[in-house]
Amino acid sequence: MDSPYAIEMLHITKRFPGIIANDNITLQLKKGEIHALLGENGAGKSTLMSVLFGLYQAEEGIIKKDGVEVQIKDPNDANRLGIGMVHQHFKLVECFSVLDNIILGVEPTKNGFLQKKEAREKVMALSDKYGLSVNPDAIIEDITVGMQQRTEILKMLYRDNEILIFDEPTSVLTPQEIDELMQIMKNLAAEGKSILFISHKLAEIMAVADRCSVLRKGKYIGTVETRNTTMEQLSAMMVGRNVNFHVEKQPCHPGEVILDVKNMSVASKVHKKDAVKDVSFQVRAGEIVCIAGIDGNGQTELVYGLSGLEPLKSGSITLKGQDITKASIRKRSTSGMSHIPEDRHKHGLVLDYPLEYNMILQRYFEPEFTDKMGFLKRKPIREYAERLIAEYDVRSGQGPVTPARSMSGGNQQKAIIAREIDKNPDLLLAVQPTRGLDVGAIESVHKQLVAQRDAGKAVLLVSLELDEVMDVPDRILVMYEGEIVGELDPKKTTQEELGLYMAGAKRDEVKA
Amino acid sequence: MLLLLQYTLIFASILLLVALGGCFSEHSGVINLGLEGIMVIGALGGALMMRALPATTPAIVIVLLTLLAAIVFGVAYSALLAVASINFKADQTIVGTALNLLGTAGATVLVKAINTAANPNDHSATIQYIEQKKAFIHYFGSFEFNWFMVISLVILALAWMVLYRTKFGLRLMACGEHPQAAASVGISVFKMRWSGVLISGMLGGLGGICYILAGVSQWQFEYGVAGFGFLSLAVMIFGQWKPTRIALAALLFGFFRALSNVYNGIDILAALNIPSTVYNMLPYIVSLIVLALTSKKSRAPKAEGIPYDKGMR
Repeated sequence: MDSPYAIEMLHITKRFPGIIANDNITLQLKKGEIHALLGENGAGKSTLMSVLFGLYQAEEGIIKKDGVEVQIKDPNDANRLGIGMVHQHFKLVECFSVLDNIILGVEPTKNGFLQKKEAREKVMALSDKYGLSVNPDAIIEDITVGMQQRTEILKMLYRDNEILIFDEPTSVLTPQEIDELMQIMKNLAAEGKSILFISHKLAEIMAVADRCSVLRKGKYIGTVETRNTTMEQLSAMMVGRNVNFHVEKQPCHPGEVILDVKNMSVASKVHKKDAVKDVSFQVRAGEIVCIAGIDGNGQTELVYGLSGLEPLKSGSITLKGQDITKASIRKRSTSGMSHIPEDRHKHGLVLDYPLEYNMILQRYFEPEFTDKMGFLKRKPIREYAERLIAEYDVRSGQGPVTPARSMSGGNQQKAIIAREIDKNPDLLLAVQPTRGLDVGAIESVHKQLVAQRDAGKAVLLVSLELDEVMDVPDRILVMYEGEIVGELDPKKTTQEELGLYMAGAKRDEVKA
Repeated sequence: MLLLLQYTLIFASILLLVALGGCFSEHSGVINLGLEGIMVIGALGGALMMRALPATTPAIVIVLLTLLAAIVFGVAYSALLAVASINFKADQTIVGTALNLLGTAGATVLVKAINTAANPNDHSATIQYIEQKKAFIHYFGSFEFNWFMVISLVILALAWMVLYRTKFGLRLMACGEHPQAAASVGISVFKMRWSGVLISGMLGGLGGICYILAGVSQWQFEYGVAGFGFLSLAVMIFGQWKPTRIALAALLFGFFRALSNVYNGIDILAALNIPSTVYNMLPYIVSLIVLALTSKKSRAPKAEGIPYDKGMR
């Protein structure tokens, strides 16, 4: 019982058909430490945690708790061993109260009836002890993401878990909430809890973790003490080469106004208020403008309005001097608007079509691809797809005839970007273009956005990623509750200031 | 007027029982469109039991055994939905529809076979239970009291307590809202959904026997239950999947259904001289209107209709 390690995963190997997700990985979590697990998407972090949490069984390797070998066959086993997890996508029942979510699965009962009073007392005591403020009677769907996350943490603490896994916990938070979370994690570690912190954000790892283990392509690269390392070193371990964090770009030279949006309002599908309220802005040729904000503040609806997926309630949109307020989606597309959509499965690709058809989705009717009788010209389509695949390095199993569904997320995104950029648009609408991509792919997407800008195109980027917001654009417009509340210069602002705007704590009267 | 009250209460009892059944199934995450078929099979079980019992059996024994038979038949039949939609992940809408088609047809064939076996000249699909029915009825003056009026109230209270005051209810509803969340805290979604569907089979079966005992003393199984299963679904939706509101909705729909039985006895309505078919259509028209007006706001259990997949996030 005197093992210094709370949990040890020794030589874990987990195979899936055609891929080794975890190849002989060893991870040792010391008692009372915050241990970061770093790796790109697809590096095997989630698989490893699923093995620890009992969702998958490893083919090889053993797990030890306090130096004793244990079997974890399902989440109940993990729970009994005191392992708890805050999942990246919260596992909360949205129409239940905070308290009900916390006790779900371990409900205190008397004669078969729920005893919520004692549960409430325990929750409130834990909440005070660790500074996790929640309202136990609030309904999950009404509270902020930060409070939802605190509910998830309380869920683990309520079960007296000693080993806490945080799966990419910061991706949904504002900078201020991230700071709070870091403090909470430190408090928990100080109370003797052992924490596994899964992330690909280096700055956070450097700020909060004691040690960091790095995975790359399913293999264990190494474990380092964060105080003896640098971000550059960590990223080189993660990616296998040196990565340039900062997007290299020349000063921008804005030209004529390409996109001019005036007093645009878009109705919301969820509630009675408008999702976009009286928004006006311009994007010029040769500049990248970024719409920043926390998810759900009207960015999606703004893009729907611009791309024609939703009608405007009021206001006007002008593209290169041409009024397209009421134009159809195809008309907008042929007038020079390209759109890299937020949801590539829903709006970007027809997943069951082959790649080549996806490449011509907006252009199949042009004489280049359709003959006078209305039949598709198969050969030019094939050649066109092959050219894009080669030029933009889209990797797939069978080339042009690969079903889009079977491609990896990164290559699906590359295919969409290839299609949209090759249309030679005047305006490129890029909505979260790096969502779900790994560091290497992100770097290449950013380069392409900058290349479009330098070629004199107008680029409107919508992003939730703070690093992207600070790095890529020439101007930042912050959206909060459907309004543009600030215009910032990325060279002059800080992440903290940006966070205040995003959280609605600060606003200017903007004439953008 | 007393007659209107009596019919309203008995029809509301049927709707309440079946809608509560649907409510349990849907809260567990399984859409039960097969309530119509389950009612028919439950009614068949109860009717066969009444037919088998001699008229001299004590009333309480008749009531209990008939209820038991209806429950057993309803539960067994709903197990088909559970196997297909939970174990084999079949489309719940299609399975439910199949259960409806099979229910009426299967019951008809079976009763015809039984009747013909007993009497080669009898090709009807009718079961009589004139004497046995009396066990369910008490007269207070001219008011015909049916034990189902009490049974449905008791079940309403039980349903409310189970859903909102027990561990089982909390877990059941979690499975219908976010099964992955339920599974992550160690709840077996599989067991919970099976429980939900079987409870709906039990209540659907009870509703079925109640339906054929309301008013008549023999039943022709070709008729099925005339859309009462679907009406109950409307009641459930109008009641927003909440037992107390479902009870109110059942009273409303029961009232309109009762009107068609008794409008002749109400002077004002009789004087209007509207054809009886209009009254017969009323509950269905009302349900169309009510659902059209309210369905925008209705909040069904989020995960209902989606087969549970462990790997999904």
